[in-house]
Amino acid sequence: MKGNLRWRILVAVIVIGLGLIYALPSFIPSGSFLARVLPDKDVNLGLDLKGGINLTLGVDMNKALSNQLDQLGEDLRSVAREQDILVLKPRSVGTEALEFLLLKPEKSEQLNRLIKENFSKQLSIDSAQTLDKDRMRYRLSLVPSYRTKLKDMTLDQALKVIRNRIDQFGVTEPDIRKLQNNRIQVQLPGIEDAERAVDLIQKTAHLQFQIVDEEADLQKAVQGQTPPGSELAYLQRRQADGSYAKEPIVLKERVLMTGEYLTDASVSFDQYNQPYVALSFNKRGSRIFERVTEEHVHKRLAIVLDDKVYSAPTIQEKISGGRATITGNFSVEEAHDLAIVLRAGSLPAPVEVLQERSVGASLGQQSIEQGVLSMIVGGILVLIFTIVYYGIGGLIVDTLLVFNILLVLAALAGFGATLTLPGIAGIILIIGTAVDASVLIFERIREELRRGMSPAKAVDEGFSRATLTIIDANVTTVIAAVILYQFGTGPVRGFAVTLSIGTIASMFTAIFVSRIFFDLWLSRKRPAASLKL
Amino acid sequence: MGLQIIKPDTRIDFLGYRKIALIVSGLILLLGLGSILVNGGLNYGIDFSGGITIQVKFQDDLDLKKVKTAVAPANLQDMRVQRFGLEGANEYLLRLSAENRDAEEVRNQVSAALEESLGTGFEIQRLEMVGPKVGSDLKNKALQALFYAVLLISIYISGRFEQKWFTAGIMAVGLVTGLYLLELLAVPLVYLIVAALLITLGLCWYLQLNYALGAVVALVHDVFITVGIFSLLNKDFDLTTIAALLTIIGYSLNDTIVVFDRIRENLRSKTSRTLKAIINTSINQTMSRTLLTSGTTMLVVLSLFILGGGVIHDFALALLIGVIVGTYSSIFVAASLLLGIGPTPEKEEEEGVGASNEPAQV
Repeated sequence: MKGNLRWRILVAVIVIGLGLIYALPSFIPSGSFLARVLPDKDVNLGLDLKGGINLTLGVDMNKALSNQLDQLGEDLRSVAREQDILVLKPRSVGTEALEFLLLKPEKSEQLNRLIKENFSKQLSIDSAQTLDKDRMRYRLSLVPSYRTKLKDMTLDQALKVIRNRIDQFGVTEPDIRKLQNNRIQVQLPGIEDAERAVDLIQKTAHLQFQIVDEEADLQKAVQGQTPPGSELAYLQRRQADGSYAKEPIVLKERVLMTGEYLTDASVSFDQYNQPYVALSFNKRGSRIFERVTEEHVHKRLAIVLDDKVYSAPTIQEKISGGRATITGNFSVEEAHDLAIVLRAGSLPAPVEVLQERSVGASLGQQSIEQGVLSMIVGGILVLIFTIVYYGIGGLIVDTLLVFNILLVLAALAGFGATLTLPGIAGIILIIGTAVDASVLIFERIREELRRGMSPAKAVDEGFSRATLTIIDANVTTVIAAVILYQFGTGPVRGFAVTLSIGTIASMFTAIFVSRIFFDLWLSRKRPAASLKL
Repeated sequence: MGLQIIKPDTRIDFLGYRKIALIVSGLILLLGLGSILVNGGLNYGIDFSGGITIQVKFQDDLDLKKVKTAVAPANLQDMRVQRFGLEGANEYLLRLSAENRDAEEVRNQVSAALEESLGTGFEIQRLEMVGPKVGSDLKNKALQALFYAVLLISIYISGRFEQKWFTAGIMAVGLVTGLYLLELLAVPLVYLIVAALLITLGLCWYLQLNYALGAVVALVHDVFITVGIFSLLNKDFDLTTIAALLTIIGYSLNDTIVVFDRIRENLRSKTSRTLKAIINTSINQTMSRTLLTSGTTMLVVLSLFILGGGVIHDFALALLIGVIVGTYSSIFVAASLLLGIGPTPEKEEEEGVGASNEPAQV
C-alpha cells in the first residue's frame, strides 16, 4: 500500500506539474524569464473573443460548370474549323450538357471521330439529331469523372485565389479551409473593416479588354436594343463623396484580351497624386496587347473588371512593352485592393457569402472581461460555499477544484484548442459541477464513518461505492459534449471542448488525487476521530 | 466540521409531495406547450431561420422608442429592434431578413442612419448574417445532434446504468432498426427524434428497464420545460440554446443517476420494508450532495447570468432553468415514477461489476 501510494503521488505531481507548465504561459507577460522557459503555447482565443470575421462562402459550382461547358464548346468549334467542319452556336444547357448545330450532316462521321480523339475525357455524345438536310443538332454531356474533377479543381482554385488575396491583404493567422457542399470557410482575426474584406474576397476579378462601340445609339441601348455583336455596360465614375455614378456605354462583345496574361499589378500615383493601378503582361500578353492596340488606334479601349467598366481611354498609338494602367478616380484603398485581386488571379466562379459573423474587437474584449469576471466571482462564491458547508473537508474540495481548473486551462493550451465565449461559460459551469464528484465521495465516507466504520475502511468503502456512480453520471455529460462537438459550429464547439475536458479532469482529481490526500492522512496514523468531514 | 444543513437523520417525505409536483410540472408543461402553439412554433434565432442581426451599443441611455427613431432613416422595412442583455447596458439588437440583401450594405445603411440621428455615440459591435441555406443546414445539424443524443444516451443508460448490457444490446438493435426503417421512408428528422424517444420509452417499458424509463422521462420533462419557458419568455431559440439543452440533458441524468444508484443499493441491502420508504430514505441520504452540487452550479450559472454580458445571457438563462428543473425532476419525476412502476426486477446472473461492491451485511 505504501509503495503504491508513492507511485500515485508521483503520477499526480507529474500531471499537476505539467498542468502548471502548460497553463502558466497564458497568464504571464511574454518576454519575462518564465515565458522563455515555459512552452510557447497560449490559449488560442476564438473570433468571438479576439474580434474578427468568420465567413462561409459558397462557390457557384453551376456557374463554374456552365462556364466550362461554354469554354469546351468554343474549343470544339475552333478545332472543328481547322478540319473544315462548321459548328454553330455552341452553348451550355444548364450544367449538364452542351448543344450545338452541325452544318452539313454528311460530316457527322468526321465530327464524331474528332470529338472522340480530342474530347473523350471531357465530353460524351448524348444524341445527334438531324433537323433538316442541312443541319444536325448535337447534344454532348460532361463525362462524370471529369465533372467531379472539375468541381474539385474549381474549389481548390477558389481556395488558392482567396488565400492569395488574404495573404497579400496582410491578415495575421487567417484560417481558410474547405467545407462540404462547395463551401469555403474564411476566418480573419482582428479585421475591423468587414466590408472591405468581404469585397476583396468576393471580387471575381475577371479582367477583360473590349472596344467601345461608338456608333451604337446609347438611348436605344439603354432601352434594351443593342446592335448585334455589342452589349450594354456601365462606366463607373467615382464622385467626390466616394459614391459611384454609372454611365451607360456600349461595348463590342468580342473580348480582345483577358487578365490571364497579367504578371503584376501595383498601385502608382499620377502627377495629381491620383492613385491608379499599373498592369504588366507577360511576353505573350505583351504581343497580344501590342497587336490589339495597333489594330484599334484612335478607338476607345474599355477596361472591364467583373462586368464593370473602370475606364475607356482612347488608344493614342500602338502600346508595346506590355504595360497598361487602370485609372478611375480611385481612393488609395480601392486601388490597393484592386491591385491585390488582379495579382492574386481571378476566381474560377462567382462566390456568394452564405454566412457572415463579425465581432468588433471591443465586443471581444468586453466578452473576455465579463467572462473572466463571472468566472472569478462564481469561483470565489463556490470556494466560500464549499468551506461554509464542509469546513476542513471543504478546503480539500476547493484544492481539488483549483487543480481541476488548472488542468482544464493546461489541456486547452496543450492541445491547441480554441477558447470561445461559450467555452468560458463551459469553464464556469465546470467550476460549479466539478465539486460533484468529490462531494459524492466525501458524503459517502461521512456516512460510512457515522455507521461506525474505521477511517481506513470508510475511505475504502466511500471510494469504491462512489466511483461507479461518478463514472456513470459523468459519461452522460461527456456523450452530450461529444455530440455537441460533432454537430456544433465554432463557438459552441469551444463549449463542448471545455465541458468534456473539465468533466474528465474532475473525475481524475476526485477519484485519483483526492484518494492520495486521504491515504496520506490515514498513513499518519492519527486517532480515528480526527478524520472529520 | 462544516455546517450540516441536512442532518444525517433527516427524513423528509419527498414522495408525499408527488401529487403536487405532478400538478406543478403538468401546469408548466401545458403553459409552455400552449405558448409554443400560440406563437406558431418556436421562436427561432437567425441561426435557424436565417437573417441579419446587428448588435449596437449606445453611449447614452436610450429607450427602445428612441433607438427605433434613430434607425428609421435607414428605411429597412422589416427591421425589428429589441433590447439585448441586461437593463442599462444600452445594447440593442436589430434584426431583419437576409433575403435579397447584402449584409455589408445593411451595415452601412444602419451606420449612416445612426450617424445622422446620433452623431458618434454608438458602435456596431457585431454583425451576423445567416443565409437561408446555412440556416436550414444548421437546423438540420441541431436536430441531428438531439437525435444522436437521445439515441446514445438511451443505449448508455439502459446498459451501463441498468448494468444489463445484453438488454442494452436489444435496445440498441431495436432503436437502430426502427429508425433505419423510418429513415427509409424519408421521415423528417423532427419525427425521427420523437420516434427515437417513443421507441426508447416503449422498449424500456417492454424490457422492464424501469430505472432507465424514469431517467428518460425526467430528462424529456426537463428539456420540454426549458423549451416551454423559453417560449413563454419569448427568447430566441438558436445554436447556443441547443448546447444548453444538451448540457441540461447531461446534468439531469447525472442527478437522476446519483439518486437511482442509491435507491438500487438500498433495495439490495433491504434497509426498509416499503419501496416508498426506501426511495424516500435514498433521496434524503443524497440530499446533502444534491444541495451542494446544485448550489455550487446555481452560483456559477447565476454569476454568468448576471455578469457574463449580453451575448451569453440567454445561454446562462437556459442553464439556470435546466439546473433547477433537473434537480427537481430527479426527485419528483424520476423517483416518483419509479414508485409507480417499481424498480427494475433484479436477476442475479445479469448483475455486472456492481455486484462485487456489495456489502457483506445482511
